[in-house]
Amino acid sequence: MQQLVSALDLRPRRTWRTTKNTIMTVLLGAAVVAVAIPLVLVMVSVFAKGGSILFKSFPDFLTKDIPPTRAAGPGMGPAIVGTLMITGMATLIAVPLGVMGAIYLHEYGGQSKFAQLVRFLAMVMTGVPSIVMGLFIYVVWTLNFKLQGFGGALALACLMLPIVINASEQMLKLVPNGLREASYALGATKARTVLTIVLPAASSGIVSGSLLAVARAAGETAPLLFTIGATRVLNTSLFHGDDTALSARIFENAKEAVANAQERGWGAALALVLLTFTLTVVARVITAFATRRK
Amino acid sequence: MVVDSAKPFPTSEPPATPTRTAKPNVPEMRPSMLEALMTAPTVYEISNLDVFYGAYKAVRGVNMTIRKNQITAFIGPSGCGKTTVLRCLNRMNDLIAGARIEGKVVYHGVDLYGPDVSATEVRRRIGMVFQKPNPFPKSIYDNIAYGPRINGVRDRKKLDEIVEKSLRGAALWDEVKDRLKSSALGMSGGQQQRLCIARTIAVEPEVVLMDEPCSALDPIATARIEELMRELKQKYTIVIVTHNMQQAARTSDCTAFYTAELDKTGQRFGQLVEYDVTAKIFSNPSDTRTENYITGRFG
Amino acid sequence: MSRPLDLRGKGQLADKTFGALAIGAAALVLLILGMIAITMTNRALPVLRHMGLDFFTSSVWSEHDNQFGALPFIWGTIYTSVIAVVLAVPVSLGVALFITQIAPPWLKRPLVYLIDLLAVVPSVVFGLWGVLMLAPHLNRSFLTAGIILAIMIVPIITSLAREVIETTAQADKEAAYALGATRWEMINAAVIPHAKGGLVGAVMLGLGRAMGETIAAALVIGSSAQIVLSPFKSGDSMPAVIANQWGEASDLQKSALIGLAVTLFVMTIIVNLIASRIVQRSMRKSRGT
Repeated sequence: MQQLVSALDLRPRRTWRTTKNTIMTVLLGAAVVAVAIPLVLVMVSVFAKGGSILFKSFPDFLTKDIPPTRAAGPGMGPAIVGTLMITGMATLIAVPLGVMGAIYLHEYGGQSKFAQLVRFLAMVMTGVPSIVMGLFIYVVWTLNFKLQGFGGALALACLMLPIVINASEQMLKLVPNGLREASYALGATKARTVLTIVLPAASSGIVSGSLLAVARAAGETAPLLFTIGATRVLNTSLFHGDDTALSARIFENAKEAVANAQERGWGAALALVLLTFTLTVVARVITAFATRRK
Repeated sequence: MVVDSAKPFPTSEPPATPTRTAKPNVPEMRPSMLEALMTAPTVYEISNLDVFYGAYKAVRGVNMTIRKNQITAFIGPSGCGKTTVLRCLNRMNDLIAGARIEGKVVYHGVDLYGPDVSATEVRRRIGMVFQKPNPFPKSIYDNIAYGPRINGVRDRKKLDEIVEKSLRGAALWDEVKDRLKSSALGMSGGQQQRLCIARTIAVEPEVVLMDEPCSALDPIATARIEELMRELKQKYTIVIVTHNMQQAARTSDCTAFYTAELDKTGQRFGQLVEYDVTAKIFSNPSDTRTENYITGRFG
Repeated sequence: MSRPLDLRGKGQLADKTFGALAIGAAALVLLILGMIAITMTNRALPVLRHMGLDFFTSSVWSEHDNQFGALPFIWGTIYTSVIAVVLAVPVSLGVALFITQIAPPWLKRPLVYLIDLLAVVPSVVFGLWGVLMLAPHLNRSFLTAGIILAIMIVPIITSLAREVIETTAQADKEAAYALGATRWEMINAAVIPHAKGGLVGAVMLGLGRAMGETIAAALVIGSSAQIVLSPFKSGDSMPAVIANQWGEASDLQKSALIGLAVTLFVMTIIVNLIASRIVQRSMRKSRGT
């Protein structure tokens, strides 16, 4: 037989093509680094500067009232309590309403025109800038009821509502229809089926989705600027008098040129970051735990 | 197997049997048994039943009588309306958007689709077991107790009794009596299906509808469920949809054969072809379509 | 158990009430959006009556003279958002491609977590860092704001891009490899053309998010109402000026700020609608439905 192919050389070759491939791979890797750098820088600043004031004067930082701007010393107690109370109230409003809305969309509305409209508008609502929500609540609530923590809670609830609706609907979709049929076939009403069979089956997903919405709300500033006012002392009522929160405080202190205030700003930033990270991690753990059980 | 050294390879010989497959074996029916079957009290009287999905008439002109403490089997090829008709018997078709019926489904003299009738009430008296076992992601105990709890039974002792009675009735008690609190999802497919049967009979329905209950199960689990059905029919009236002709021949008293036809516009619809005592359907059917199906010529 | 055959049923009240509550909750979405549109526009009317259409075209914004022209802020919003997108898109796409095509399995999960972490950090913390650590070096300007915004929108664009890229058919990728393509050539041939539509949508969603972002911008943009082309000059954007001027605003000024909010509302909704339409269409095409 004639020799058709000269000695078969399959060694990797250096050509322009392979070089280009390597360059692109490096560039793509550089993109990852480019993303990591700011994250690392921000985290380092937050933990280093915030950590120093938080741990230097532990637990004063967490409990004392906020000193006046120029004064030195720790104190973010009112802001921490404010964030917890305002975000907590927003959660109490937004999660039940959001889950009920999702129940309507999946269990009752289906593909009806009204349900499609609500789904569409919920998606639109997720894109509304948080500052618009804040001003909206200012106009309909604060002008009538004065500056108070509850107004901030309402504004945050408006932000959370479409997020909870979307996430909950996705979880309801995952519940196998056979379970619903079994319940109906035993003579259960729709309400009972949803409450005793469907919701428990979807619960882990709904909880973790809601926790993510809470983490998002806790970090929001703009909706609070117009609705809660500002104060340096602890306010345990959501309905009387000005309130404060970590996010709003960070914003104020960031604008100051005074080092003491800035220092407290970093401390507040650390507290806020720890709060949102914890909520996120708990949400992920719940999801992982639930999928492992199945 | 002994190998014949003189004839190590089988020689081909013409088969002595007829060219079509034999019909499934059905026990001989004595005249007295036949009479008992035909005079049992009526449970369902179905007349001129048409089922619509939106504008599409999916099932046309079903007429049949279902009688007490018998097993009635719906057989026929796929897509000819067996499950659709079954689901009309407990108004489960209401759950499908756009589904409606014309004609009558009369249960003990009451029109199930009448204006004053609540579908939820209907389903409390007529139970259903599904093709794919669907236990709730709860404990075995809570699965069975679900139905009674809906009906207002709160007393712990009473619930314990009901759970034991239902599990015994489904031939599952001995296997699970020590782990009633464990999750129902940890059981095998056959056990889960028996659990679903136990769950259904826990509310003491009169009728148990079964939609291909064995099609997702292995042969051993299937045999156990067929055995269970024979016991259950003493207390309940059973209507079963099955793809397995032999199963119908083995277990049922009456059989209804459905098929799919094309109407004048070329649309496919389901139709009841023949409904009779099982012995007759399988030994001497009146309609050629039935004969073709049971001898395996099609379907 | 024999019961008289009464199929009328009871206890329907609880069931019906539950259904009504569910519809009510869903209708809230309509109610809130509708009220936002109506009440905010209502509050903006005074300044619109005062300025007429000049509100949108004038570049003079002066509290003392009761002149409120929104143009510098509309410009600032668009400009910073465009800068943010220009900076964020190559990085986001690069990261998305790296995670989906290049990263070995053990690296994928940590990288995804990294991006998620970036998304969780509140915007005000980025703002704090930006104003205290970045601005001293870069000065407050459109560019500084653009950089901060870019960091914040990278997670959204990346996660959506990942989703779209992962719908590329394995068969297409293998076809490219079978012809002797290098990995980058395969990406160019199979992945990018397939994902183009969805990627455009992802970019627009990032744009919409950048436009509405208040706090980070407010802190580092420099707060001077001017329309300039140089990114190194300071300027202002709609959400930033609202946040910064609200505290001491007069009534008419407040009306003007609300007018800005309405303008921002409409702009972001339009961008988001276009974006989601594009993403939906490309997902439908790639899934073949």
